[in-house]
Parts: sequence; C-alpha cells; structure tokens
Amino acid sequence: MNEKYINTGNKDTRSGFGAGLLEAGRKNPEIVALCADLTGSLKMDAFAAEFPERFIQCGIAEANMIGTAAGLAVSGKIPFAGSFAEFVTGRVYDQVRQVVAYSHTNVKICASHAGITLGEDGATHQTMEDTGLMRMLPNLTVINPCDYNQTMAATLAIAEYEGPVYLRFGRPSVPNFTPAGQKFEIGKALTLIEGSDVTIFATGHLVWEAIVAAEILEKEGISAELINIHTIKPLDKKAVLESAAKTGAVVTAEEHLIAGGMGELIAGLLARELPKPVEFVAVDDLFGQSGEPSELMKVYGLDAENIVKAAKKAIGRK
Amino acid sequence: MEQKPTLREISSQIRRDIVRMVNMAGSGHPGGSLSSTDLLTVLFFDQLNHSPKSWRRDGKGKDIFFLSAGHLSPVFYSVLARSGYFPVSELATFRKLGSRLQGHPSIERGLPGVHVASGSLGQGLSVACGAAITKMLNGEKNFIYVLMGDGESEEGQVWEAAMFAAHHKLDRIIAVTDWNGQQIDGPVSKIMNLGNLEAKWNAFGWETSVVDGHNLEAIAEAYRSAKANSGNGKPKMLLMKTEMGQDVDFMQGTHQWHGKAPNKEQTEVALKQLKETLGDF
Repeated sequence: MNEKYINTGNKDTRSGFGAGLLEAGRKNPEIVALCADLTGSLKMDAFAAEFPERFIQCGIAEANMIGTAAGLAVSGKIPFAGSFAEFVTGRVYDQVRQVVAYSHTNVKICASHAGITLGEDGATHQTMEDTGLMRMLPNLTVINPCDYNQTMAATLAIAEYEGPVYLRFGRPSVPNFTPAGQKFEIGKALTLIEGSDVTIFATGHLVWEAIVAAEILEKEGISAELINIHTIKPLDKKAVLESAAKTGAVVTAEEHLIAGGMGELIAGLLARELPKPVEFVAVDDLFGQSGEPSELMKVYGLDAENIVKAAKKAIGRK
Repeated sequence: MEQKPTLREISSQIRRDIVRMVNMAGSGHPGGSLSSTDLLTVLFFDQLNHSPKSWRRDGKGKDIFFLSAGHLSPVFYSVLARSGYFPVSELATFRKLGSRLQGHPSIERGLPGVHVASGSLGQGLSVACGAAITKMLNGEKNFIYVLMGDGESEEGQVWEAAMFAAHHKLDRIIAVTDWNGQQIDGPVSKIMNLGNLEAKWNAFGWETSVVDGHNLEAIAEAYRSAKANSGNGKPKMLLMKTEMGQDVDFMQGTHQWHGKAPNKEQTEVALKQLKETLGDF
C-alpha cells in the first residue's frame, strides 16, 4: 500500500529551507534574508555567499531582526528572517504581533530547530509551544512541512505568497519521501494514504512516523487514512471534516505540546461541526530535555508506536 | 492671495487639535503630543520630502517617517491631516469605534501616512533600519525619520537597533528623541535614569546633537545639518530638549498629563492659550 512513500535518504528539513531560499533568491531580486548569528545552523550560508548584499547579519538581537524585517517588507522587499524557533517566537512575541501580524507586513519568519528534535541543547532551546503562539496571531499563516523536499517547496511557495508567514522546520536528518518538485499549495492538506477506519492528521516530522504507523495498522487489519497537514493555519477544514466524517475516528500527531497545537485546532473544529473521538499524539504540558532526537521522540511518545496505540483507542471510542 | 501660514501658526493649530481630540475622546496622551508638536511641525511642513496626496505605504522615491512612540498619535494624526494626508474632519473620530484613527497607529483600516503599527514601545527604530536598507539596496537617496520618546529608550530593543544601524552604516536614518524628561510614573531621572543620553548615542556610533526642541529655526537647522552629513556613514540622533505639555500652562513640565484627557473646563482654559490659526476641525 505504501510503496509510493520511499525514503530516498535522510536529510534535514533546514537544508530544504536553505536550498529553497537560494532558489527563491535567484528567481526574485526583492528577496532578502536576515539572520541572528545562526547562519550556518539555518543553512542560509549559500544564500549569503551568492547574494552578500541581500543578506543582512543582525547579530544576537532577534527583536531588532524582526523589526528590521518588517521595515524591509513595508518598503517593498520580501524578507526571510531566520533563527531557532524559540528565538523567533517566544523571545519576540510582541514584535511579531505588532509589526508583522497586526501590521500585515510581508515577513517570512523562518524557524529552525523547532520541537524536541533540536536534541542535546535541551529545553532552553527546544520549543514545543511555537505553533500555538503563532497560530493565535490573526493574519499569520503557519506552515510545518514534513521533509526536505516539502520544506524546499514550501519555502518557494511562501516567497510568492503576499503576507506574513511562520515557517517551522527542524534540525535532525529525517526520511525524505515527498516527490522532489511537488508543488506546495498553502492551506491545502495532502491525503497521503486513503483509509476507512481512522484518520491520522500529522504534521512535520510526525508525518513519516504516521506512514510507518499506517503500515503497522494495515498489517493488523486496520485501514488508516493519513493526511499531511503541512499548513496549520489556515487549516484545510474541508479535508478534515470530510475525512473525519468518512472514518469516524481521529488521531492527531505533531512535535508540539497538546496546548495550542494542530491537534487542538482540529479537535476544536470537530467539536463545533462534527464531534468524533480524537486522540492526541503530542506532548502533554512538559518541557523537553537533552538527548538524541530519536531517543527524545520515543521518550516523549512522538513515534509510530504511539500513533498506532492512539488509533486503536480512537477507534474503540467510536 | 492667501498668505501661507507660518510654522508657528501651524504648530499652534496642531496643539489645539491635540487638546480637542483628547478631550472629545475622553482619553489619549496630550503631554508628549504637545512636547513633540514643534519638531513634527518643522519636519512635516518644512523638511520632509513627501507627497501626502499620493502617499504609498512602501514610500518609494520619498522620505519615510515612522512614529515609534505610538501614544503620540494625537500629534501624529493632526500633523498628517493638516499636511493633507486625510480630511481634517476625520480627527473628530479619534479613538472612536470603527475609526481609522486608532488609539495607537494601525494600518488595518488603511490610514494614509501610517506605515506600520506602533504603541508597544521600542520597535520603530528597528523598522526604520529595515526601510533604510531597502533604500540603500534600491539606490534611493531618501531619508528615514523616526520619532521616539526618551522614556521609550529604556527598552532594550532600541539599543539593539542603535548597534545595528551604526554597524550597517545607515547614515540616512535621522532619529529624533522627544526628550521631555517625563514618563508615566514620573520624571525619567527618577523612574529609570538614562544617564548621559548624548554620550550613550555617541558611544553607539551615532552622530548626535542636542537641540532646543521648541525653537523652530534650531529644529530646522538640526534637520538640515543631519541631511547634509548623510554621507558620513553614521546614523543621526537629534535629541530634542522639550517640555511635556508645552504651551498649555497647567500641563507643562509634569508627567501628570502623559495619558490623561482634560475635562470640558480644562479644555476651555487650554484653548484660550492656543491661537486658532487654520480653523478647528
């Protein structure tokens, strides 16, 4: 069933962002990039090397970076401002709120090292609150692609979209399985596997885990539908409602806290329009800790095994 | 032929607008608006390269002004309206439901002259830095102005931006501090002493000057000189020494009128001290 999702080799999503940024920069001379002393970590160095005059080093001063990006956008540039996810959300929430979201500036906030898979640096640098923070802001589009290819495609797509965007991606090498060059449609959920017993809505790094989970479920005779919610805001409500109506049971999977996450967003929609059992694969009100990304995903229950358990539980609650 | 009003006549009318707007709204910030009236009058009616009737949000080919201290909205709106950005009559809607003249400037309802929202303090200089880089990349020889409060300079982001502007040699930024020495809780020197503000900006690599912020000719000369030195690689800071509540005796020199509206009687007293020169809205 899932032969079409072949891991073509592990790659980090941040490198997908870096490649996308470079290509977007070649296409459009109005694109500029800003970074707060993490150019290598964000994989922005290729862009910086090819377009030195359009790369703006901001030093370790994220608040000013967000304001500067807003000023560039107001005056007609398309700024991509990057740092670790925690430092472009929690650290600068009010700046993002006032001069990006509320001011409708065409700023692309590029958040690397999102989630617990930042790994060894520990909880000060791991954010599992960022999606919640960002999706609460009116006007802001929130995107969390699942692999290298999709992150590259998303980067190119947001370059052509007029409006503020939060683009969330990660540090570790993870399976790269979406087709290279697949067009990224903002706000359009992708059905990866069709099924009839339960729907798994997954985003980011959890999409691959959900593919593995669907395979396990299939072997046990359970038909799981898998939908990749790469755009968390605006949520593809139609896709969510149609699939939930079809399967009658829902699992959400994301590398984020339950609070504020994609799961709550979907559960809220279903509660209002089509009540169905929902199980969350996400972190429940905890900070992370140091460790290898794959270890942490296991310890915090963000893996295929837990998606399988959640699917069975959701089906049992029908 | 009608004679062009003098800058002094314009600033007097703007002060009347401020008092009346805040009174009509029943809230707002008259103190700092009155202290920064003269420096904004000279900028908008004498120094700024702008075209109010064909204003564009991206400021292409023109100077760009950012108000960082968003609570100075009364003076900002009056200056914009009196310059022709939007009808003067609209000043009567200040702070009312559905108005384009929000309590703090917003772009949501599309008020000409407002490039970015402000109100949460300390952010305008950063935005100005971004606009200055755009001008630099585009090869446009315009100036970027930003007005800040002295109390606002307690925000750390101001100093991030100060470092950034000097590092990137954004010498077409002309920042203005309305140095009235007051903030909501009291005198700046008592609440959070800024120390030697001039030395601080100098130390951050800025060309800094201290100006009498109520002397119209001194203000104009400060702008002229800042513009003339645009090629020297240094951003410019004009520290304008002003009085909170300038020209309304009972508001002058005190933090008490930072964010308080005068009642009907107080408004009448204030308006007696401010000559109507261009016709009230």
